[in-house]
Amino acid sequence: MTAALLITFLVGLLAATLRVATPLILGTIGEIYTERTGVLNLGIEGIMFLGAFVGFAVAKQFELAGVGAHLWLGVLGAALAGMVAAALMGFFAVTLGVNQHVAGLGITLLCTSLSLFAFRLVFGESAVLPSVSPFAQVDLFANLPVIAPIFSQYLLTYATFLVLVPLASWVLYRTKFGLEMRAVGENPEAADAAGISVPRTRYGALMIGGALMGVGGAFLSLAQLGAFSPGIVAGRGWVCIALVIFAKWDPVRGMLGALLFGGVFALQLRLQTQGFQLPYELFLALPYVVTLIALAIAGRNAAYPGAYLKPYRRE
Amino acid sequence: MFRLERTVAPLWVQALLPVVAVVITFALTATLLWLVNANPLEAYYYFLVDPLSNRVSLLEVLVKATPLLLTGAAVTWAFTGGFWNIGAEGQLYAGAVAATAVGLQMQNMPPWVAIPLMIVAGFAAGMLWVLVPVLMKLKLGIDEVVTTLLLNPVALFIVSWLLNGPWRNPVSQWPQSPDIAASAIFPKLLPRARLHFGFVLAILVLILMGYIFRQTALGMRMRAVGLEPAAARFAGIRVQRTMLISALVSGGIAGLAGVSEIAGIHYHLIDAISPGYGYTGILVATLGMLNPLGVGVAALFIGLIDTGGQTVSRALGVPVYLGDVIQATLLLVTLGVLLLRNYRIRFVRRAS
Repeated sequence: MTAALLITFLVGLLAATLRVATPLILGTIGEIYTERTGVLNLGIEGIMFLGAFVGFAVAKQFELAGVGAHLWLGVLGAALAGMVAAALMGFFAVTLGVNQHVAGLGITLLCTSLSLFAFRLVFGESAVLPSVSPFAQVDLFANLPVIAPIFSQYLLTYATFLVLVPLASWVLYRTKFGLEMRAVGENPEAADAAGISVPRTRYGALMIGGALMGVGGAFLSLAQLGAFSPGIVAGRGWVCIALVIFAKWDPVRGMLGALLFGGVFALQLRLQTQGFQLPYELFLALPYVVTLIALAIAGRNAAYPGAYLKPYRRE
Repeated sequence: MFRLERTVAPLWVQALLPVVAVVITFALTATLLWLVNANPLEAYYYFLVDPLSNRVSLLEVLVKATPLLLTGAAVTWAFTGGFWNIGAEGQLYAGAVAATAVGLQMQNMPPWVAIPLMIVAGFAAGMLWVLVPVLMKLKLGIDEVVTTLLLNPVALFIVSWLLNGPWRNPVSQWPQSPDIAASAIFPKLLPRARLHFGFVLAILVLILMGYIFRQTALGMRMRAVGLEPAAARFAGIRVQRTMLISALVSGGIAGLAGVSEIAGIHYHLIDAISPGYGYTGILVATLGMLNPLGVGVAALFIGLIDTGGQTVSRALGVPVYLGDVIQATLLLVTLGVLLLRNYRIRFVRRAS
């Protein structure tokens, strides 16, 4: 491979990495907020799926109605749907205080099956998958030589890296709400004694997280695919759960973890197209295995939030 | 007015709670049926009564329940021992792969060699698939929920690689493996029915599990570790060893579900070998309140609405996913309703 080819390869790889990482960052930060208050939301896989479906369905309906901002209305719909699903998770985990593992899986199963049910109702059972024309990529620095493709990204990707990650860190470490989240997650009794409402904070974090997960799902259907299919999320929610531990519950480290997964994912895609004679299914499994290995290296005896998985009841 | 008191509910109330959960679930999902202009009562007739009305569909309920008995047992075993195995789906696929691998080589073997070999191989493969998560938990302190979940898609990708590559059946247009040897096929229990030996295997597993939970020191240790690992350690129980058994045997039982589907139903590997039996196993275990007898009843019930679901969608033109929606709702409602196990409702006069 010549130097020029290598650079083109790396530039393309980096550009793809940023795209693949976007929904993972959204989901991971959503889950970080949730877990920081002491609640594990295993509903993430289903909420991303629901976001992908609602985002697509809303966008499609508005496109048919001739509304110009249909894609953004889809994103909004996905965020709202994610919030509703996360609130339901809150009802079980916070209000009722049941087992969060099982409740989260219940939310995932419910969101997944409801989305598929509704998809059949709205779009019927046609042989051709319905589609929308997806978000266009924005060429921010089209004039740059060589590296221009790196900056050819979706607006949502720009927003995720440049706005969401710094904003999420700032809110978590520098604002009153962030302090309340961390206090509730570490020591709900003390937080309660200090006048912080434990349920309100947990619901708040869950619903912000749900909105982000929903948007992450909508990114898959409205930016990457322009359609909705049953395999659209394919375990990305579970990857986010792993990245949260890898990130030690920090948004910036979460972004780095997502870039690692995104990098491996993009690399396997590229190696496939470069004609490497390895079966593509094994390539597809690679990012999950790498995440597992990263977890083994970075997640050793991770310091979980003090009240992780513990429902809070006033005595 | 009434007041909730924190005491253990009487046994007959506890046994009634899953039934209450079913009733609430059907009331909730009735709204969905109205939405699609289907008569809920008619739908529930197809779900609950119609499958029991003739021999073919009655036996089909047992066929559908077979993998759920096994995944439900796998989840119950792990959860009882305090190991949150959410990877029964992946372990089932691992068992199915091992069963196929052995079954394909059994051309010249009699059934009494082939079938036990497949069962052992499937059990071992399920154990192997949960080995990494349990070692990561015990040695590195990494949450098993995450690791068992992450391995589910990996198992699926490996199966799909096998089916499109090394095991591709050249005479079939679908991605599927060649058929296993005839001697490796589970015997049928009745003439003219799909019900097979896997059902017996599943019942045996549940009986054995009930015995271990009730009668043996291992069962006692598992429950102690499941309730409070720190207290169990203080009582002199080797927590790590007990946890290892909880995890590995659970993976093995989930692997048996894969064996049973290959050797009893399909006779070859397909990538749709399980439509989520591993996850449904969590519903079965929850609905059965981690009690082997309860798990048996719960699996039969889910088998019933699984069988009915297909009739409902055909007869009423409702999307097939209705059954999945009902099962997911049932899981959540059960979780909520089971809280009442720890409460008594006492009616009191409002103090004026």
